[in-house]
Amino acid sequence: MAEAAIRLEQAEYRRSALVEWLTTVDHKKIGILYYWTSIVYLLLAGFLGLLMRIQLAQPDMHFLGPKTYNEVMTMHGTMMIFAVAMPLNAAFFNIAVPLMIGARDVAFPRLNAFSYWSFLFGSLLMWSSFLFGHAPDAGWFGYANLSSSRLYSAGPGLDFWDLGLQVLGISSIAGALNFFVTIVNMRAPGMSLMRMPVYVWMVLITAILILLAFPSLTVGLFMIMFDRYFNTNFFNPLHGGDPVIWQHLFWIFGHPEVYILVLPPMGIISEVLPTFSRKPLFGAPFVIFAGIAIAFLSFFVWAHHMFTVGLGPVPNALFAASTMLIGIPTGVKVFNWLATMWGGSLDFKTPMKFAAAAVWMLMMGGVTGVMHATVPLDYQQQDSYFIVAHFHYVIFGVIVSALLAGTYYWFPKMYGRLLDERLGTWHFWLTFIGTNLTFFPMHFVGLDGMPRRYFTYSAETGWGTWNLVITIGAFILGLAQVLLLINVVKTLRQPATASADPWDGRTLEWTIPSPPPVYNFAVIPTVRGRDAYWIEKYGDGHHAPAATDTTQRREVHEPHHDNPGHGTLPPGVHLPKPSWWPLIVSAGLTAMAAGMIMYGTETLGPLGFPIVGLGTFVVFFGLLGWHFEPAIEHEEAHVA
Amino acid sequence: MSHATGHTLPAGEHTVTGISHNRLLMWTFLASDCMFFGSLIWVYFAYRGRYFEGPYPREVLDIPYTSVSAAVLLLSSFAIVMALTALERADMRGFRGWLLGTILLGALFLGGQYYEFTTFYHEGLTLTSNLFGTTFFVLTGFHGTHVFIGIVWLLVQWLLSLFGKLTPAHVERFFVTTLYWHFVDIVWIIIFMLVYLMPY
Repeated sequence: MAEAAIRLEQAEYRRSALVEWLTTVDHKKIGILYYWTSIVYLLLAGFLGLLMRIQLAQPDMHFLGPKTYNEVMTMHGTMMIFAVAMPLNAAFFNIAVPLMIGARDVAFPRLNAFSYWSFLFGSLLMWSSFLFGHAPDAGWFGYANLSSSRLYSAGPGLDFWDLGLQVLGISSIAGALNFFVTIVNMRAPGMSLMRMPVYVWMVLITAILILLAFPSLTVGLFMIMFDRYFNTNFFNPLHGGDPVIWQHLFWIFGHPEVYILVLPPMGIISEVLPTFSRKPLFGAPFVIFAGIAIAFLSFFVWAHHMFTVGLGPVPNALFAASTMLIGIPTGVKVFNWLATMWGGSLDFKTPMKFAAAAVWMLMMGGVTGVMHATVPLDYQQQDSYFIVAHFHYVIFGVIVSALLAGTYYWFPKMYGRLLDERLGTWHFWLTFIGTNLTFFPMHFVGLDGMPRRYFTYSAETGWGTWNLVITIGAFILGLAQVLLLINVVKTLRQPATASADPWDGRTLEWTIPSPPPVYNFAVIPTVRGRDAYWIEKYGDGHHAPAATDTTQRREVHEPHHDNPGHGTLPPGVHLPKPSWWPLIVSAGLTAMAAGMIMYGTETLGPLGFPIVGLGTFVVFFGLLGWHFEPAIEHEEAHVA
Repeated sequence: MSHATGHTLPAGEHTVTGISHNRLLMWTFLASDCMFFGSLIWVYFAYRGRYFEGPYPREVLDIPYTSVSAAVLLLSSFAIVMALTALERADMRGFRGWLLGTILLGALFLGGQYYEFTTFYHEGLTLTSNLFGTTFFVLTGFHGTHVFIGIVWLLVQWLLSLFGKLTPAHVERFFVTTLYWHFVDIVWIIIFMLVYLMPY
């Protein structure tokens, strides 16, 4: 009897834990949801990459057929960009930004949950295309009219791609709106814009980029949808349509997207290097303005993806020049990072290793970027493995490395535990060796003319040896990530003993316990400089350390892991209330997309519009429910 | 004019800028929406004149008719300003009246667009007839969808005020709705000039 009662109690506890995660509006929990979802997708999309590498390991292989290869290639690219790199960034926006600006949550906690759930549902919708045997197969940039015509891409594959991306786009825009308002409106007293941590700056710039760049993709995807569903001729040259219009729309989004992906990791590097060099970031205002310059220029470089389209010498020359200009602020950042480390007391903990490696690989990817900004060189390199080498150095070498640095750096804030250094070191070196072994030889075969996206090559090309090396490198890279998982499992089984400030950090998140209590800050801190916490601890040229304050501060810093329940909230703290509505609205939105996909098929066609209607209904009433629900706990349901 | 100077932060909300979260969210969203309509208008212009077969714009576009419906939409912007000032004065009768007026004017505009679309359809201009039809219907259709969403949103607020759930204390929230409504109006002025008034 007693046992059964205990089991029942446990079941109830488990269920309420599930409900807690499903309805959470706490940015720290949403960050963890984002984090693990994207890590799972990183492994899945990485697995797709390994499938391609098996196929290409030797000439004339028949491991994947051309159709499967195209699907695997498209899903690898699309998911890595939209379901790994972007949401992994969003994970750290959630985990770090409110803590770094001294806020108790984001400006719109439920909108934040909505962003996560629509990311999850939208990406699951896209992954589900494999189950129906029709994964998208037109590459991650889905060039029209291959993507827009049912003649050239029959089946629902491209519909999954088109509508899945629309849902993911809405998720990104909602997240960007939220973090823009949060950063602009919710900084702690004293934190002027120029005292904001550089990471927060990069998130702010990224939010602006998302808001201004995504609509162009949205419009392009709508056009593809109209062409595929309603027989319009946006991209059909027979009726005056122009496939190049898609390329413009896509790359006007697509190039800022590169900086949407890379600016927050650059921000992570800008936090990790000073912490482990025990020096302030060298020329922080320059790093900030370099970020702004990169973001601004990123809207004027899109046609460098289209040099071989035939826009003519004048546009090509202009876009070549603007592209090379971006090299300047990027170089500024690299030099500032080097100068930060120069003369510092360097402590090569795992986050520092990943961050320093990311700087080096940014230089690798940056230099090749300037190379194919040169139009004649680009004519040679376009659609070759040289390009693949370039963007993998940036996306894996910089973005993923920096996000792994962020993982080791902020893990104590996520879980109150430090990841194991020895396993971390192994993880770093294997990842670093794997990355370079995989992507460096791609330069060679690329310059030798090996085209990207082809499912095989013949033996007389002589590319077999390097491709075997690349494949071996890819497997090292893939297996290395298992070490991260082992490290996490091992660490989570140990007691949560991390102190509030394990790295002797510089910013506000280290002033509160690891993990932080639900309300983050019992007392909202006052900020006296860019390295807000460092100044309180050690002073700087202008400020003495907060000596009088220390005793009180130390009390706050004591790690107490019994996160107080709602009964013991500090005075004046109001917590946002858990809510089902974000999940419901996201589900409705995804149902609309799924219904549209069904509408395009022969077998499920008649079900399509009813499901779109049902989804619309759910979204509408979900928003109404959202509207009527009080946002703050204890608040009476006063208004909408 | 409290709504112009930002003195209407909801109770308990403190912001660095003095602008409420909701208002900043709406301004930021509208910036994003500018890029959405900007892309659509750019596509319209990229295909302008590349119409392989009729009906051509000057055969179907009825400038006097659309001028009237544009005026109707503009009037609705006036009506919503009156509704806002009524709400600020706590004049709930005036608020509901002007709000209803806004909704009716918006609906009249949408009805006009429906009539216009049907007329064009009978004259042979469809979504697929030529690139003019495609770009015209998609551009004006997305604008119409924005108007429709605005009408639904206003209607919900009108109903809320009937049941006393929207009071002068919520003027900031209503102000945010008016921002959206004005934006949709401005977009129509731009579309009307670029699509209807610019000679082909």
